[in-house]
Amino acid sequence: MSISIDDVRHIAALARLGLTDARAASLVGELSTILGHMDVLSTLDTRGVQPAIGVGARGLPTRWDSGPPIPLERSLDAFAPSLREGLLLVPRLSSHESVEEG
Amino acid sequence: MSNAELDAISADWEMVVGLEVHVQLKTRTKAFCSCSIEFGAPPNRNTCPVCLALPGALPVLNAHAVELATRTSLALNCTVQPVSVFARKNYFYPDLPKGYQISQFDKPLATGGWLEIGARADGSPIRIGVTRVHMEEDAGKSIHDRYTGVSAIDLNRSGTPLVEIVSEPDMRSSEQAGAYLRVLKQILEYIDVSDVSMEEGSLRVDANVSARRRGETTLGTKAEVKNMNSFFGVERALEVEFIRQVGVLKAGGTVQQQTMLWDATRNEVRPSRAKEGSHDYRYFPEPDLPPLVLATDWIEKMRHDMPELPAQRRTRFAKDYGLNEYGVDVLTANPRLAEYYEAVARASGDPKASANWVMGEVLAQLKHTGDTIETFRVRPADVAELLGLMRDGIVTQSAAKKIFIQMIATGDRPAQIAERDGLVKVDDDAQLVAWIDEVLAEMPAEAQRFRDGEKRLQGVLVGAVMKKSKGRADPKQLNQLLAGRFTV
Amino acid sequence: MTPVSRSAAQLRDDTAAGGLSPSGTVKAAIARAREVGAGPERLNIFAWSNDDDAREHAANCLDQMSDTTPGLLLGVPVAIKDNIATLTLPTTCGSHILDGYVSPYEATVVRKLREAGAIPFGKTNMDEFAMGSSTEHSAYGPTRNPLAPDRVPGGSSGGSAAAVAAGIVPVALGSETGGSVRQPASFCGVVGVKPTYGRVSRFGLVAFASSLDNVGVVGATVDDAARGLHVIAGHDRLDSTSADLPVPVYHEAAAGSVKGMVIGKPKEYFPETLDPRIRARCDEALERLKALGAVVRDVSLPNTAMAIPVYYIVAPAEASSNLARFDGVRYGLRIEGDGLRGMYEATRSQGFGPEVTRRILLGTYVLSAGYYDAYYRKAQQVRTLIAADFGRVFASGVDLLFTPTTPTTAFRIGAISDPYEMYMSDIFTVTANLAGIPAMSQPIGLVDGLPVGGQFMAAHFDEMKMFAAAYALERAQAAQGRA
Ligand SMILES: [Mg+2]
Ligand SMILES: [Zn+2]
Repeated sequence: MSISIDDVRHIAALARLGLTDARAASLVGELSTILGHMDVLSTLDTRGVQPAIGVGARGLPTRWDSGPPIPLERSLDAFAPSLREGLLLVPRLSSHESVEEG
Repeated sequence: MSNAELDAISADWEMVVGLEVHVQLKTRTKAFCSCSIEFGAPPNRNTCPVCLALPGALPVLNAHAVELATRTSLALNCTVQPVSVFARKNYFYPDLPKGYQISQFDKPLATGGWLEIGARADGSPIRIGVTRVHMEEDAGKSIHDRYTGVSAIDLNRSGTPLVEIVSEPDMRSSEQAGAYLRVLKQILEYIDVSDVSMEEGSLRVDANVSARRRGETTLGTKAEVKNMNSFFGVERALEVEFIRQVGVLKAGGTVQQQTMLWDATRNEVRPSRAKEGSHDYRYFPEPDLPPLVLATDWIEKMRHDMPELPAQRRTRFAKDYGLNEYGVDVLTANPRLAEYYEAVARASGDPKASANWVMGEVLAQLKHTGDTIETFRVRPADVAELLGLMRDGIVTQSAAKKIFIQMIATGDRPAQIAERDGLVKVDDDAQLVAWIDEVLAEMPAEAQRFRDGEKRLQGVLVGAVMKKSKGRADPKQLNQLLAGRFTV
Repeated sequence: MTPVSRSAAQLRDDTAAGGLSPSGTVKAAIARAREVGAGPERLNIFAWSNDDDAREHAANCLDQMSDTTPGLLLGVPVAIKDNIATLTLPTTCGSHILDGYVSPYEATVVRKLREAGAIPFGKTNMDEFAMGSSTEHSAYGPTRNPLAPDRVPGGSSGGSAAAVAAGIVPVALGSETGGSVRQPASFCGVVGVKPTYGRVSRFGLVAFASSLDNVGVVGATVDDAARGLHVIAGHDRLDSTSADLPVPVYHEAAAGSVKGMVIGKPKEYFPETLDPRIRARCDEALERLKALGAVVRDVSLPNTAMAIPVYYIVAPAEASSNLARFDGVRYGLRIEGDGLRGMYEATRSQGFGPEVTRRILLGTYVLSAGYYDAYYRKAQQVRTLIAADFGRVFASGVDLLFTPTTPTTAFRIGAISDPYEMYMSDIFTVTANLAGIPAMSQPIGLVDGLPVGGQFMAAHFDEMKMFAAAYALERAQAAQGRA
């Protein structure tokens, strides 16, 4: 299974990773080689085999609907990159995008 | 957009609608952490390592959210799955702290339900299929207009438990979509799982709509319409989008599968600027949460403990209290009003009088004061007592209305008020005759004409006496006594 | 001898008896760190260390204990991997994207350490986000192997293994996703334990691949590791994958023996291509175990060859999602760019190193539309088969498996540049993570003066058996050494 420069561009966009053209180009080779080693899996017949999820778990534990929350020893202003009046600031986006992504 | 236009195309074209409804569950704390979900806290105050997605923090599921989601599923006639699986829906957005939403994907909590939104001309019920109900968490809030050049993020809402209720594409008109939403809202109010306020965002609707020629059996390409903030808005948006699609199809074009945004102020839909392929959510099972396993007997207990649903209550009110269809509709529209009425009826032992008083005086006063039935000051027991005073002839209808106003104003019991304000009915003939004679003396012309046989003046005279009595006299009794004054 | 070359048990007993002060122990540890050149100029063992912080913890350790009986690690300095949340020192996962980030909450394992009287001692260097097998890929530069400074200590918990190997601390916390504790332990000639998945809370361990991650323990000896694990093990309501089962007293396994134990020798872990000298060390160890009364049986785990492909699909897939939270919005590095997307892309491309970027892309690819079934789903199915292999063998009466921990000894810094070749150094360790079973590595001799690690693997929650065998083998080797 080899992967194209467009694939690399597409997944880099999905993963919000900026890539220089040079880096993107070299990643085509790197990823194709790695994925090449994965093809061996297709030789295995896994019909009817359950995918492994919830490794060793006996159901999902739940918590009571009550506080208090896990305390923060330091509040947001101690570590947030950009904060105003308690709000986290990010570069302006149009309200459309907010709907678009949900 | 004109209704004429809609009617015109509806002759040959059919609207096909499916709805995705997100509902905020009424828990105390968030879905996966113990932060409060109460509204109106200072920005980012209700946050913790989990809902801030700090490195190393892990989710733990809120048991009450599971109960409310299960109750919702059962109320919508769904099959609750013994095993369901949480999944990560991956996308980047500043109000989504983890970069993924914990949701459910290929193994949802519940599937295969339905609800009835009314009846066809032939009386057969109109059933809308409910494809699935699944649990997920809400995102935070992005505020775009507060500061220039930047958007502001408040994560207080981040992690609030939601259920997403997905319908089959079974609706054929905007009216049916509106009916589905109203029926759904009423059910959710009855089972008390949510505040279900579209205005406050505790209920949100996305609509999938497509158009096809009447008689067609295959579905056309659908568009998703978002951004409506009222049921009315949903209906209008569907109509506008339907008309747009039919226009495209008539012109021989093809409808694009895309997201349209409703603009309520302009009454138009606009394609969102979502780029192609930007919706590759890369769902996969949430490794931090093992599969949710629900015991069958627990599910059955949830079914058994289900509060009375609107349909059941309507049938019961008609049967037990002999109410007509109108009365049933008015009194069961809202579960709190229904409970109020039922309390009055039980306490007074007179369902008819109770229904008339609640539908008449109580609703009128609520409209007048802007109160809701939850905050209404007068207790059902006191209303029942007032009805008793009327039934026993201690106060007249018109006095009772005066007393009711005082009950709202003072919170005092009706008997007290009747005594204090001298509103107890007067049936002593001597007193009544005295008042009648005063009136006849004050209105000699009318008295004369009445004596000469102008019977329609009886009302005027009796009215004047009633006035003197401050509503304490019984009109029937007055009529007899008045007639008596002229028979010698 | 300096206090730190004492075992955890000695340090604890001497401290409890008042013959040793925690401050004195820390003073000695600091001195030892200087002596071996733990700083960036030489071994570069710590991503973050602060003598005052260590002294502070030493001063507190007596009254921080949850109860009055002396804790199991009273006065024992414990180094902590840089991906485990601590309140006083930064937690940066060896990555620029978390530059200077100090966690506002504490990992459950660190709380348990403090409550047992341990002295948190520095944050150890690691491959960025634990993605690596050499500790060369840290934003803070490579860590060197104390036994052979031109070589890697292994990874990703290379700093923790080096801190123990250098005699600075007897116990260190590491983390495992595919062998990141056992492999460096093997390269550094110390003991490394990966417990059963769910045995130790992950709350506060910065996630790499949630279904594979474990907090593990590096110890100078089997006993140091056993005591360390006993302290951090146990149920935690804050981790939904943590197991609600009683915790055995692992160091009591010292009294156990291997007499009558059936020890499986899986042929897939001893291929023809295996370095004959490493094979020899393993055979010597197996002979010792036989001499102690163990029965060695040849077994087969047929799907072992699939482990690396499966691992390098599942781990990157989960990582691509787990690392999405590093977006410059709430904490850590933020680099402005063109609009929101520009900020995301600048922050993430400059904050993450090349290997992390590579794995995020790989994981994004195998989860993306059209590839999920062929890669992620398929890999999770094969993972089920791999786990079933172990289940079958343990059900057949085999108590433990014994294998080499790694196919090679510590390699030279910079020797491996091809990513996949680097991935292959986890070939004998990833299987335990995929199956969720416990495993540990301990020194079983040298090749060219470099340590070789032997690995025990056990069934879920069978750590006691594993420790019993490890203690026995260690004793036999010591006896041999004296003879
Ligand atoms: Mg949703
Ligand atoms: Zn929270």
